[in-house]
Amino acid sequence: MTQAQTKLVRIVTAGSVDDGKSTLIGRILHDSQALMSDQVDALSNARFSRAEEGDLDLSFVTDGLESEREQGITIDVAYRYFATPQTSFIVIDAPGHEQYTRNMVTGASNADVAIVLVDASRLHQGALKVQTRRHATIAHLLGLKVVFAVNKMDLVNWSQKVFLEVEESLRRLSRSLGITNPAIVPINARSGDNVVSKSHAASWYEGASLLDILQSQGEGTDLSELPFRFSIQRVVRVDGHTRDAQRGYAGRIASGQVAVGEEVFVGPNRRPTKISRIETYDQSLERAEAGQSVTLYTEDEVDAARGDLLTRGEATYAKRVTADLCWLDDQVWDPRRRYLLQQGTANITAKIESVLHIRDMRDLSEVRGDQALKLNDIALVQLQTQTPILADLFQDNPKTGAFILIDPDTNQTAAAGMIRGAT
Amino acid sequence: MTFFSRLLHLDRLESEAIYILREAAAQSRNPALLFSGGKDSAVLLHLALKAFRPERLPFPLLHVDTGHNFEGVTQFRDETAARLGERLVVAHVEESIQRGSVRLASPTASRNAAQAVTLLEAIETHGFDLLLGGARRDEDKARAKERVFSHRDAFGAWNPKSQRPELWDLYNGRLQTGENFRVFPLSNWTELDIWTYIEREKIALPSLYFAHVRPVVRDGDYWRPVTPVTPAAEGQLVENRLVRFRTVGDMTCTCPIESNAADVSAIIAETRLSTLSERGATRMDDKVNEAAMERRKREGYF
Ligand SMILES: Nc1nc2c(ncn2[C@@H]2O[C@H](COP(=O)(O)OP(=O)(O)O)[C@@H](O)[C@H]2O)c(=O)[nH]1
Ligand SMILES: [Mg+2]
Repeated sequence: MTQAQTKLVRIVTAGSVDDGKSTLIGRILHDSQALMSDQVDALSNARFSRAEEGDLDLSFVTDGLESEREQGITIDVAYRYFATPQTSFIVIDAPGHEQYTRNMVTGASNADVAIVLVDASRLHQGALKVQTRRHATIAHLLGLKVVFAVNKMDLVNWSQKVFLEVEESLRRLSRSLGITNPAIVPINARSGDNVVSKSHAASWYEGASLLDILQSQGEGTDLSELPFRFSIQRVVRVDGHTRDAQRGYAGRIASGQVAVGEEVFVGPNRRPTKISRIETYDQSLERAEAGQSVTLYTEDEVDAARGDLLTRGEATYAKRVTADLCWLDDQVWDPRRRYLLQQGTANITAKIESVLHIRDMRDLSEVRGDQALKLNDIALVQLQTQTPILADLFQDNPKTGAFILIDPDTNQTAAAGMIRGAT
Repeated sequence: MTFFSRLLHLDRLESEAIYILREAAAQSRNPALLFSGGKDSAVLLHLALKAFRPERLPFPLLHVDTGHNFEGVTQFRDETAARLGERLVVAHVEESIQRGSVRLASPTASRNAAQAVTLLEAIETHGFDLLLGGARRDEDKARAKERVFSHRDAFGAWNPKSQRPELWDLYNGRLQTGENFRVFPLSNWTELDIWTYIEREKIALPSLYFAHVRPVVRDGDYWRPVTPVTPAAEGQLVENRLVRFRTVGDMTCTCPIESNAADVSAIIAETRLSTLSERGATRMDDKVNEAAMERRKREGYF
C-alpha cells in the first residue's frame, strides 16, 4: 500500500453461532488474494478441518486457536489486514456465542461497519435468532453501519421466496432499531457467491457484491470538523534550556483542530489559555488535527495533569449523565459499589444511580425498573460521577462520548458505555 | 453515523503507536521495552523516541538473549542503546541454563522456547509490570487474537479463552500484584507497513536484513544457515547463496530467503510481490506444530 490517501474501512462480523461469520472472513481474504500460499497450505493440512477432501475450511483463517479449531467455534476476535487499490481493510472476526458477547463488543468497538450474518436455512417463519438481534443492537448502539448478509443460500436452492422472507424480518429488525435502508445481500460464504464478485446463482438479485458494498461505504463524518478535544496523556517537562522551564501536554487529538495562538479551555472550570507551540518529535507545527499525536504548550501555567481535557467550542460538563451500557463482567452490578469511569485518559469515580431500562433481546422491548445488570445486558442507566465529566454525546463524538467502567477491586473492565444525555 | 480521520495510512499507524506507548508508560510503575535489534523492535524504539523525546525514555530496553545471535545483531543492539544514551538490560538464556531453570535436550538445541523462562525470570528480578513488544497481529494466527494491552497472570501466562475486553482505544492497564501486561503498539501494522515506515524514517537496521552471500544448506523448503550452532551435517552440500533475513531470531530456527534486495526500496518491492508469509518463509519453530506460537505464548512468551 502506498502513502496515498487510501480509505480505511474496519469491518466486524456479527450474528449467531454457525451462521458462517468466520467462513465469510476467510472467503473475503481468499478471494481478494490476501492469503499467502503457505497459509493456504496450512489450511489444507489443518487438524480438525470440517472441509471435504481437497477443500479448505476457510473459518480456520481466523479461528486460529487450538480450542477454537477443536470445537469448531470462534472464541475471541481475530484481526486481519488487507488492501484493495482504493481501500485498506481491517477485518475483525467476532464470536457468535452469547457467552463471548464481550469479545464481540470488543471487536465492534474497533470497527466502522458490521456485517450481520443470518443463516437462510434456519429461519422458522422468518423468526430471527436472539443473537442476531443482540448483535445488530450492539452494532447499532456502537454507531456502526450495519450490512446484512443472508448466508447459506445454497441450502435453500437460492430461493428468492426464502430470501424475501428473511429480508422482511431484517427490515423489521432494522426499523425497530432505527437502522435506515440497510443493504441486504444473499451470499454463499463457503463458495464465495456474491461475496467478492457477483454470482450468477441468483439472477433475481440486483444489488452489488458484499465487498463492493463495503468498499463503496460513504466515509461518514470527518473528525477534524468536530469541536477540538484533547485528553492529556502525559505532562512533558522541558528543563534547563534557554527557554524557561516549560510544561507541555502530550496526547492525541481526539477531534477537531488546533492552531498556535488559538484559545483553548482547560477542564470543567474552563480556564482559558492560548496555545503557544505545537510540537512533534522532529517538527514544530502551526496547526494539528484529529488523529495526530502531538505535544501542546500553553502561554500560561495552567497546572493541568494527565486526564485533564483541553477543549475548544461548545463543551458541556456534567456530574450526571445517561448512558447506554453493555455489561461485560461476570460479576453482576452491585448498586452499592463504586466504579472507575475511564473517559479519554481520565479515571473518575462513578456510581450507577439507576437503571432506566434493560433491553429484552427476544423482542427488543425495553424492560423498566431497577434490576440487577448482569453479563451481556444492554441497558440505559443514569450515572453519577464524583467530578464533572465532558458530556459529549456518543452519536455526536464517539471519541469523547465513549467510556468504560472498571471494577476497582478486580480491575476487570465491567462495562462499555456511551453517553446519551446530560442532566 | 461513522467517523474518520484524514491522516494518511502510515501517519495513522504512527500516531496510534505513539498513543499506545504513552498509555503504557502512564499506566505502569516499572515498564520495559523489548529490544532485540530486529526490525520490528527498531521501529518500536524509533516510535518510543517520537513519543517521549526530548525526555529520556521512561523505561529501559530489555533483550532476552539466547546467545545464538547472528553476527552483527548484538553489536547493533548495544550501539543503538549507547548512541541514544538509554539503559539496556540483557537477560541471558545461558544464565537460566546455569541456574537450572532451563534444561536443553542437547547443547545446540534451539533456545527459542527457553526465552519465555528467562523473560519471566527477568520480570521477577527487575519487578517489571509491563513489557512493550514489537509483535504484530499479521505475523501469526495466535497473535491475530491478541489484545493491544495483553494481560498476563502471575505465571506470565496468556489465557486466550478469557482475555479482558478492550473497548475503543480506552486501555485498562490495571493489575493485581504479580501480574503483568504485554503491550503491542504495532498490533495493526503489516510487514509492508514496517518496511515502508523504515524507508520513510530512515531507520537503521543490522546488515543481515539486506542481501548478502552466506553459506546455507537446503532443508526442505528452507535455506538453513550454516553457523557454529547449526553446522552442516556430514555430506550435506554447503552452498554460498545471495540471501537476506525477513525476521531475525535465534540462529537455530531462523532461515534467510534468497534475494538480491540490497536496500529498503528493493525489499519493499519484493514484499509487495511475496506469496509467502513472513514467518512461513523463515521460521522453523512454527513448523513443528500448528499451534506453536499459541503454546509458547501460553507459557509466557511475548
Ligand atoms: N452450505 C453452506 N455452509 C456454510 C456456508 N457458510 C458457512 N458454512 C458452514 O457453516 C459452518 C459454520 O461456519 P463458521 O464460519 O464457523 O460460522 P460462525 O460460527 O458464524 O463463524 C461451517 O461448517 C461452514 O463450512 C454457506 O454459505 N453454505
Ligand atoms: Mg466464527
